[in-house]
Amino acid sequence: MIKKFALTALAALALTSGGAYAAGGGEQHIEDFAFSFEGPFGTFDQNQLQRGLKVYTEVCSACHGLKYLTFRNLGDEGGPHYSDDEVRAYASGFEVFDPELDDTRPATPADHFPPSNLENAPDLTLMAKARAGFHGPYGLGINQIVKGMGGPEYIASILTGYTGKEKEQAGTTFYENTAFPGGWIAMAPPLDDGLVEFDDGHSNSLHHMAEDVSAFLMWTAEPKMMARKQAGFTGVLFLAIFACLMYLTNKRLWAPVKKKAKEA
Amino acid sequence: MAGIPHDHYEPKTGIEKWLHSRLNVVGLLYDTLMIPTPKNLNWMWIWGIVLVFCLVLQIATGVVLVMHYTPHVDLAFASIEHIMRDVNGGHMIRYMHMNGASLFFVAVYAHIFRGLYYGSYKAPREVTWIIGMLIYLLMMGTAFMGYVLPWGQMSFHGTAVITGLFGAIPGIGEAIQTWLLGATAVGQPALNRFFSLHYLLPFVIAGLVIVHVWAFHSTGNNNPTGVEVRRGSKAEAEKDTLPFWPYFVIKDIFALAVILVVFFAIVGFMPNYLGHPDNYIEANPLATPAHIVPEWYFLPFYAILRAFTADVWAVQFVSFITGGIIDAKFFGVLAMFGAIAVMALAPWLDTSSVRSGRYRPMFKWWFAVLCVDFMVLMWVGARPAEFPYDWISLIASAYWFAYFLVILPLLGVLEKPDTPPATIEDDFKAHYGKSSDATPAE
Repeated sequence: MIKKFALTALAALALTSGGAYAAGGGEQHIEDFAFSFEGPFGTFDQNQLQRGLKVYTEVCSACHGLKYLTFRNLGDEGGPHYSDDEVRAYASGFEVFDPELDDTRPATPADHFPPSNLENAPDLTLMAKARAGFHGPYGLGINQIVKGMGGPEYIASILTGYTGKEKEQAGTTFYENTAFPGGWIAMAPPLDDGLVEFDDGHSNSLHHMAEDVSAFLMWTAEPKMMARKQAGFTGVLFLAIFACLMYLTNKRLWAPVKKKAKEA
Repeated sequence: MAGIPHDHYEPKTGIEKWLHSRLNVVGLLYDTLMIPTPKNLNWMWIWGIVLVFCLVLQIATGVVLVMHYTPHVDLAFASIEHIMRDVNGGHMIRYMHMNGASLFFVAVYAHIFRGLYYGSYKAPREVTWIIGMLIYLLMMGTAFMGYVLPWGQMSFHGTAVITGLFGAIPGIGEAIQTWLLGATAVGQPALNRFFSLHYLLPFVIAGLVIVHVWAFHSTGNNNPTGVEVRRGSKAEAEKDTLPFWPYFVIKDIFALAVILVVFFAIVGFMPNYLGHPDNYIEANPLATPAHIVPEWYFLPFYAILRAFTADVWAVQFVSFITGGIIDAKFFGVLAMFGAIAVMALAPWLDTSSVRSGRYRPMFKWWFAVLCVDFMVLMWVGARPAEFPYDWISLIASAYWFAYFLVILPLLGVLEKPDTPPATIEDDFKAHYGKSSDATPAE
């Protein structure tokens, strides 16, 4: 038994010193962006979400969809927070299929965003949560806790991770990307410096556009994040006070019993 | 109820007497709540209340979730998003239910390992232990089926893997798998029946919890010394015990509040940390995720399942003598269920005359290694099945079985246990009294 235990310890030691190869698969490089919504008190930045929506509308929506999101959500407080008229105007720019008319019509705020146009382009609504898995190092999830690394970092890293190299394989062009598992991605580089003009005059470098659209996609994935953190904070505060009161109650309740044990 | 002498309910007013002669419900509640409880119980005895809280939380949040959920392969995933986005407070209810499962398993593992250390499984509490193991098995079944309902990628492919385990049974395996799924592959019939069972099983668990509580109310609680409460007279028993209400209820509620602070911090600030991101992708039978990983609470047993590959000599040996009927896959399945079975058999495998691990100098160390072993299995279960993880999981699995099948029986013979205190009262006084160095809790 002791031998086996020693072997386990030895193997574990070999593992920690083994380093990089344990990661498995291609070398993925995920950059750590400092998003405003990280940490227990982090909130969405309304201007950033509006810029991100613009990047989505002008670039991503050509292929990708947001089918779990409704247009009315764009008016949500804590989200992009557009006015009702702005939401209505924005929605009318999209055509949706209405089964009652058996035809397409301009979208209303009650409609969902259209799904992806291309079969191979995944829906982006939940992408920021579906790619949150940087449970490293060694599957312990430290990066996620300490650095707040998650899906938005992954999306931004993909958008900025193109090296410019291409290869042809079975009739499809693949693009080298340092953030994509395996290193080669079928999506052509979607963003370029200065591609989208922001209304608020914010920098439209590749890095900033990638950051803004990733923040927007975090909001589409978790629109109730701020309400959740608020509820979490209230819950923790209330329970902490309650725990203190129960501690004092318990101490008082047991005091005579413990006193008796001391005297006896 | 318990063999420990104590006061019983006496109806005083007219209405009390009226009800008492027709239905002794107040008396039952009184006896249950006022059960004499060893006064030296430490903080590891709080998990029972935490578990009851978890069961109530899961049923309460679950009933609300069902009101908005649609068990259909094309609609299930979207209905979860509907809950997360459109239902008032739906995101909190779902996150509490999701993380409530994790809290449930944290508590049940603490509860089980407390029982293993303090010998709570030993005579006369074997029935309590066995019922507890049944509850644990049902919890695993319920949690697994609940994980299928969001119909994400991990739900779908995890179901394929787990039901595939039954397919590994020689001869009749495939027929059993088809019967479980209601089809030859995971689909609508499986989703429907898992939904039905996920709703049913918690109530079966609730029933078994009542029997579990009944069983240990029949024997009385174990305690950190493993010494029984004196039952000669009421006065004698009162020296060793205090009534459950209010002493232990208040203590347990305090502990529960502390645990819930952590729980709410996780629900509020990192609700997806314990889950798998692939489950936010709708199920697609044509795209298998790179790594199919179960939820963390299944990982130790998943590691044991995967540890026994065809190149392990024990597997080859068994395969040889059974003429190939037990292949590596089936061996793994047997090992996984066997790992829980040996735990259930602990009352009969442990030969020691002393109940509590506190007075067993050698046992303590083997038990500590078992705890580490469990954590190692949990970690290695989520790693890819390649060197060195395959070796670590094999060694760790071997230790799990060795602990129950070899170490526990042998220790009873080889070990010279210390002498436990004569009474619970002595232990309590030694802890809080003048004679001890221990600082009184003031």
